[in-house]
Amino acid sequence: MSEAILTASGVSKHFGGLTAVDNVDFEVYPGEVVALLGDNGAGKSTLIKCISGVYRPESGRVMFDGSDITHQPPADIRSRGIETIYQDLALAENLDVGANVFLGKEVTRRLFGLLPVTDDSYMRQEASGVLDELDIHIPSLTQKLVNLSGGQRQAVAIARAMYWNAQLVIMDEPTAALGVPEQRKVLALIRSLREGNIPVILISHTMHDVMAVADRMVIMRRGRVVANIARAEASEEIIVRHIVGSAENGENAVMI
Amino acid sequence: MAVSAASDKAKRQPIVNARFVEFLTKSWSYLFLLGLVVFFSLTGTGFFSVRNFSSILTTSTLIMLMSIGQTYVVITAGIDLSIGWTVGLSSVTTARVMRDLAAGGADVEYAMLAGVFAGLLVALAPGLVNGLLVARVKVPPFIATLGMFGIVRGAAFLLTDGQQVVRGLSAELREALRGIGNGSLLYHIPDHGLVWFRQPPDLEPTQIRQVSQLLPYPVLITALVVIVFAFILARTKFGRHTYVIGGSEEAARRSGINVDLHLIIIYVICGFTAGIAGVLHLFRFTAGAPQAGEAALLSSVAAVVIGGTNLFGGEGDIMGAVVGSLIIAVLQTGLVILNIDSIWQFIVVGVVIIIAVLVNQLQSALERLQSNV
Repeated sequence: MSEAILTASGVSKHFGGLTAVDNVDFEVYPGEVVALLGDNGAGKSTLIKCISGVYRPESGRVMFDGSDITHQPPADIRSRGIETIYQDLALAENLDVGANVFLGKEVTRRLFGLLPVTDDSYMRQEASGVLDELDIHIPSLTQKLVNLSGGQRQAVAIARAMYWNAQLVIMDEPTAALGVPEQRKVLALIRSLREGNIPVILISHTMHDVMAVADRMVIMRRGRVVANIARAEASEEIIVRHIVGSAENGENAVMI
Repeated sequence: MAVSAASDKAKRQPIVNARFVEFLTKSWSYLFLLGLVVFFSLTGTGFFSVRNFSSILTTSTLIMLMSIGQTYVVITAGIDLSIGWTVGLSSVTTARVMRDLAAGGADVEYAMLAGVFAGLLVALAPGLVNGLLVARVKVPPFIATLGMFGIVRGAAFLLTDGQQVVRGLSAELREALRGIGNGSLLYHIPDHGLVWFRQPPDLEPTQIRQVSQLLPYPVLITALVVIVFAFILARTKFGRHTYVIGGSEEAARRSGINVDLHLIIIYVICGFTAGIAGVLHLFRFTAGAPQAGEAALLSSVAAVVIGGTNLFGGEGDIMGAVVGSLIIAVLQTGLVILNIDSIWQFIVVGVVIIIAVLVNQLQSALERLQSNV
């Protein structure tokens, strides 16, 4: 495998007396989908936020694409191409797809060569292009997002990340609020990101999703990475045992 | 395939014609305004006349100007309760500056210009403080602007020493104010035809009663303000960001929009259009009055809501507020012409507001229904 695009080494983060992330090493390689697993409070989200710049780790280093991004502000990290898609998607549901792909980065043109106005048809066209690339079909691009399904909204969030040249996409529970057909679509989107050589970090509680798309599973427990398993060697049973801790505690530990 | 064919069939047979309902929900306020005009024209003598229409337009300017800024605020899911008194503060400040400068021997034109400038400037202050409180201190808009309501009210009355009007405006100054506030760019006078800028001084009393103002200055000024702020909201990046903040403040922040600064500017705009309303009020009534906009505050909110702007933010436009203001002005005038006690206007406007909110909800329900099909 080629060199890692993201390397977190020895990352620790405390909240008061609680060690949320404890000396964690974590890598992501180009074009792979890494599932980050663990029980609630295992430190998944904290680790992700140390990468995306929301939290500043007390020790350790985060390298991305050859440069140290450890203590950079979130906006700078985003502009380097690390896009985090949160559960709430951060979309303006009262606006259409074009406006959302260009949220905060609207393109303008000069009306009468003078007044700067938003170039809605251009933005819609560009949005439609990136949706086509992802093989997403949205009936009407002038629809407000509030009228789209959960999966379609998820798709818009991913399309936005793609359009702005995401080099690494972090997704937090992307299928949590969706129906089964919609979940499939989102998994297909994750695969098409991988095909485009864009690595994905996937936080999920849904074992089915993880088994369906992840190339590698990293399992956290009490702030530490306790397992790093390739897809070929993984089974649901092994993963669950690592998550609940019975793998370290021996065969006699109780399984839930 | 069979399943999808069946559901296609179901789609083609809706219970009600969805397009028709959508048309009604989106444009009912326009139709309602039209209906009102037709109704009063058929029932009230003298309602259907250029003279009356121009008077209705002039009446509507106060509420309309206030509702322009209010629309911006409401789209961000806020509300500004202080602008009623901002109108008064601006009116009083303008009157005082004009009076004192004119008394000090300044030219009337210069005194007026300086007064207008001061009146507009002072209106920005409550807006700025509202914006800072809402954006930086995270005070809920209702509370922040309610506090400002009291502060501005007190300030306005302090400037008149507790009086209902600013005393001591010279006759010359009043005449000059009236020239703009009650003037028109174009008049129509029977037997004279069209006259630009000024009513001829040598008219018979019977003729004066028949003069029609075709383009009253307050209406022209308001129209200009409407066009500018409607354009900014509908077409510019600033307008787009206003909708983004109303849709999801979190999304706006994460997409790099400077939400705090944007909110501050919006509350300043709201104060500014109220300031214009205050200055125009002074020009129309030639008296700087602290309570000039008191009654218009709730009407301006009503106009915004009737125009289809969502009180929860994210939706609405300036044209809606314009139509809402016109509906209120037509009701005010029409009921008077029908000789119905003008108190009824409160009841009718109240009913219309409730209808507006119901229609808005119907619209959302309809959209949900469509997206589930």
